[in-house]
Amino acid sequence: MSSFQEIIFKLKRYWADRGCIIQEPYDVEVGAGTMCPETFLRVLGPQSYRVAYVQPSRRPADGRYGDNPNRLFKHSQLQVILKPSPDDVIEQYLGSLEAIGIDLRKHDLKFEEDNWESPTLGAWGIGWQVMLDGLEITQFTYFQQCGGIDLDLVPAELTYGLERIAAFLEVRDSVYDIEWTKGFSYRDVRYLDELQYSVYNFEMADIATLWKLFELHEAEAARLLQAYDPKSPEKKRFPILPAYDQVLKCSNIFNTLDSRGAISVTERVGVIQRVRKIAVGVAHAWLDQQQPVLTAETAEVAQ
Amino acid sequence: MSLPFLLEIGTEEIPDWMIPGALESLHLLFEKAEIPHETVRLDATPRRLVLRAEGLPERQADSEERILGPSKSAPAQAVGGFARKQGVAPDELATESTPKGEYYVFVKKVAGRATKDILAESLADMILKIYFPKSMYWAGKNGPRFIRPIRWIVALLGAEIVPFELAGVRSGALSAGHRRLGSPEIAVTVEDYERRLRDHFVILSAEERRQKISRELNGVRVKMDPALLETLVYITEYPTPISGSFDAQFLELPEEVLVTVMRHHQKYFSVQDAQGKLAPKFVAVMNIDADPEGFVRNGNERVLRARFNDARFFWETDQKKKLADRVPDLAHVTFQAKLGSYLEKAERMMTLVTDLGGDARAVRAAELSKCDLTTELVKEFTELQGVVGGLYARVQGEFEPVWQAIYDQYKPESMEDSIPRNRTGQIMALADKLDTLKGCFRVGLIPTGSRDPFALRRAAQGVVKILVEGKFELPLLDLIAGDEALQSFLEERVRFYFKEVRGFKYDEVNAAMAVGWSNLVDLEARLARIQDLRSSPDFEPLAASFKRTRNILEQAKFTGGGEIDESLIEAGPERDLYDEYRRIAGQPIEHAISKLRPKVDLFFDKVLVNAPDARIRQNRLTLLNTLLKEFSMVADFSQIVTNS
Repeated sequence: MSSFQEIIFKLKRYWADRGCIIQEPYDVEVGAGTMCPETFLRVLGPQSYRVAYVQPSRRPADGRYGDNPNRLFKHSQLQVILKPSPDDVIEQYLGSLEAIGIDLRKHDLKFEEDNWESPTLGAWGIGWQVMLDGLEITQFTYFQQCGGIDLDLVPAELTYGLERIAAFLEVRDSVYDIEWTKGFSYRDVRYLDELQYSVYNFEMADIATLWKLFELHEAEAARLLQAYDPKSPEKKRFPILPAYDQVLKCSNIFNTLDSRGAISVTERVGVIQRVRKIAVGVAHAWLDQQQPVLTAETAEVAQ
Repeated sequence: MSLPFLLEIGTEEIPDWMIPGALESLHLLFEKAEIPHETVRLDATPRRLVLRAEGLPERQADSEERILGPSKSAPAQAVGGFARKQGVAPDELATESTPKGEYYVFVKKVAGRATKDILAESLADMILKIYFPKSMYWAGKNGPRFIRPIRWIVALLGAEIVPFELAGVRSGALSAGHRRLGSPEIAVTVEDYERRLRDHFVILSAEERRQKISRELNGVRVKMDPALLETLVYITEYPTPISGSFDAQFLELPEEVLVTVMRHHQKYFSVQDAQGKLAPKFVAVMNIDADPEGFVRNGNERVLRARFNDARFFWETDQKKKLADRVPDLAHVTFQAKLGSYLEKAERMMTLVTDLGGDARAVRAAELSKCDLTTELVKEFTELQGVVGGLYARVQGEFEPVWQAIYDQYKPESMEDSIPRNRTGQIMALADKLDTLKGCFRVGLIPTGSRDPFALRRAAQGVVKILVEGKFELPLLDLIAGDEALQSFLEERVRFYFKEVRGFKYDEVNAAMAVGWSNLVDLEARLARIQDLRSSPDFEPLAASFKRTRNILEQAKFTGGGEIDESLIEAGPERDLYDEYRRIAGQPIEHAISKLRPKVDLFFDKVLVNAPDARIRQNRLTLLNTLLKEFSMVADFSQIVTNS
């Protein structure tokens, strides 16, 4: 039987063997592995890229105080980006399932239409949810647009739901019973996260403070984007990456406010637009930053 | 020699619901290419769209092209130049007489092109033109678009490959088997194609997959569900049903919730016991051949258990706050930014149900109708809104008409769906839909083309269906109070309903609606009368005469008014017609038609309406106009399309 961490090791090894950079989780709170700069920014532009990382993903509204056997405030995604997507991407993906011990000859696997969209990131793609014996284990997406920009190369994004896969492999009815490693269950490691963040997100988060924080981070992102000068010969130095951290902060605070019931449906659309605006701004600035500075001379040469 | 043709477009998994449409589109495109063939057959699985045709010619027929040269009187130099350009000697040119005189002409023989070449040139384009409601690019920004990436193409004409390239894929004779049970590359010929696929666990024919599922269900009493069956047929290449079970204690949850989880979330058939009650069992359809060790069954049972546990948790949580106590919470749920919250909508509906003749129970139902939007169960299973509200209202002791009205409030959801089962529900559903329509039109949210984000077409169709089938003698036009855009929107739905749903002919609908359509029950009755009248041999001729009458009145710019002056009526056909009119006026047209028709015919035959005497002319026009009005209460018969 594979422990939770063994499954992670095997998947990382598998994708490392296929040319992926193995990254560690990003150190700012995110709702999904897609939001990490390793995905959101790297999918932009004409450079090939391959990366895999485990990303703890926070969904404040999904917390259940550690009581629900299947729902988590913070679950773990294994995020794989293959840019451009290889022709045999599905075969490679199936190979990864075999690598963690799923005998596909004996299980039922279906690709069911599921197109992914993130309004806050101005991103969407076409793809499937991958169902294994009726359980959704992976979201498979061909990215089409990110930060409102059509992508030059179409990346395949594979997002594995690690707790579900572990529960499947270990035949557990509750994710809390998963063996993290010998002698430690998932409950031992994560129960308090679930309990305390549920209490915070649903009961104790101070709404006024969160709004204030949201506005501060939003303003900081906007200030930086305003200051970015595409014509500056020094533009490579410009802190676009830190500006993006501010976007991520806003997104997480928005989710927390939402779980706290502090955002009405009407307001919701407006707040999503605000986050989207700075996310799109970062994407455009990042893309520009990858290009050489277009001075009068180089512009002439380019013509 | 005639040849068979095989085209297989190998893709990654295509969404099941798009497949039949894609095949239809491919078929049309192939027919449009005008490549002669005897038969054509289309098939598909999630990973392949297949067109097979028989009887294609090896080459197209030879043809001749006539190239017109200089006039016969042109100088020899010009004639020589023309001949040289065509690559022949001048004496090999023919001549032809044209309206402009005699001309030299060169008859060019064009050999028919090889069908293979024509196909090779046109197939890539044909494939990319297949219509999908949504498409993607996968080979870079300016690459081709298709529903999902194309991974292989088989194109064979007889024994030969039709060579072309699309998105970096070269056509060939290699297909692919089932992802896990078959080989990824299998060599095929036109003849052995279907058999080779079968050897590799791909059943090409949808009908065969459908039958395999039905056959292997035998003995299990599944709840018939043709739409789910279609989904499963197009989501599998080798479908095999398996049954599983769940803990009977979950049967305490409402059947609607259990069935929704199984049907919509897990794509399972639900199972009934001998009495037709829901049994603690389900049937899943796998995309493999067997489950000898029970892994698939166990896995699906675990997933279902987790989902049912969730549903039970939500059901129990929601019971802690009654619907009635949730009314104020609706202030925080937006119906539409410009139209306010659901609380405001509920309040408008409470007034509207009264206007529509609803009693205190209808008002109560309207008040509670949207409260389930605040429940956990509806947040999880949005497709159960309304139903969940109805179920909670029942548990919480609301009267039967009230909970049923809440339960049925979104009915009819389609033209096939029934209207709410009781009067309270019908009135409330009408109020809900009318409120949405009026509100959206007022703030300019009017559907355009295929864009209809608030499903206003469905709402309007629902209004029409409830009014007619619920026998509501309500003046629809008064209910929408002068909104012209909404009026023409509804008019279109009324027309659609009576034509497409009820099967009345378009001219009957035009004729009946021309004299009014505000009261739809009355309109339905008049349409039924027209339909009956149509079988009378006098009907069409009379309709033709009415049309003639209308034309005469229009040409004469007759504006009506005035009485018939009996003294001006001439003896003979005119007098006969007038007398007949006096006898039958006020009778239903069914009684009058056979008596009226010969008199009208004779009148038109013998009497000159445009009499030289202006007074007589005016009197005759008045007579015709009176007749037309008298017998146009049911319909404007001049709109009936006649063969004569």
